[in-house]
Amino acid sequence: MAVKDYLRQRFFPQIWCAGCGHGIVMGGMIRAIEQLGLDKNEVVLVSGIGCSSRVAGYLDFHTMHTLHGRALAFASGVKLGRPHLKVIAPMGDGDALAIGGNHLIHAARRNIDVTAIIMNNSIYGMTGGQTSPLTPFTKRGTTAVFGTIDHCFDIAQLAKGAGASFVARTTTYHAKEMIKMIHDAINHKGFSLVEVMSQCPTYYGRKNDLGAAVDMMKGFRDGTVRKGSKKLEEHPEFVERGVLVNEARPEYVSSYMDLIEKLRGERENLEQGAASR
Amino acid sequence: MEEKKEVIINREWCKGCGICVAFCPKKVLDLDDEEKACWVNPEKCINCGLCELRCPDVAIELE
Repeated sequence: MAVKDYLRQRFFPQIWCAGCGHGIVMGGMIRAIEQLGLDKNEVVLVSGIGCSSRVAGYLDFHTMHTLHGRALAFASGVKLGRPHLKVIAPMGDGDALAIGGNHLIHAARRNIDVTAIIMNNSIYGMTGGQTSPLTPFTKRGTTAVFGTIDHCFDIAQLAKGAGASFVARTTTYHAKEMIKMIHDAINHKGFSLVEVMSQCPTYYGRKNDLGAAVDMMKGFRDGTVRKGSKKLEEHPEFVERGVLVNEARPEYVSSYMDLIEKLRGERENLEQGAASR
Repeated sequence: MEEKKEVIINREWCKGCGICVAFCPKKVLDLDDEEKACWVNPEKCINCGLCELRCPDVAIELE
């Protein structure tokens, strides 16, 4: 199917600012799903609130646009109720790490088979450029005009520490790499998280003199390195890209189903025992 | 040899951000007077498709 066939074209042109990276991530998600050969009816997108969450409105799958930060809670419910569906939560950095921080770490801890795609633009774009938990130390937002004195999270390390069994990081510049990572994340059995560094030229770029979308993407190109590359040893200040965690661990829904089966078996044994007495 | 695909640009959806123009390895795209992306050097195009993958507006298609 062509990329366009996955869009709700009546909502286009989309509402994001010119050069916003979220559209690139949305395109990456479509291509990954297309490569996986998934039927539209097999995919559920669950989003919260924010610029990134609009993805769920633009794509023609089963979609839910839920409460701010709560996408993963709704997604967990969908997955438990319909385990055969692929559940994907497109989220922003504020949505996922501030408002929904608890849902994120607990979804990771449970290792539920849901894929979180976190578009990290280091700012709250929709509400006017307030600093988020991903705004780096000393960087500016409308709520930190002299530069924030908060330190930011490292999404990948946080997810890893919380127990996510698949964690990857890439940027909107690295579009092909992103498609492959989203593809592998959806295929992974367990909680998977892909952090995509995305540009917000309107707020983050403008407040921090980073130039237009193109300049910000050049920043991603020049400021990140592949995991395990020599360059990273020489320049530890660069951001590492790649699949940072990929391990097999018992998945939550499978464990739940196993438990039900085991208890049913035990009950049947008890009932048979009682009947024969 | 495979036939070369055409770069189709949806002018209604293009917002003129210039990402496709800046990162095209062969510099075959440019913005026109209306700030819309244009395939100005089709003969140099290598059909790598990077413009399509990086277009935030889903406005570029290789066909």
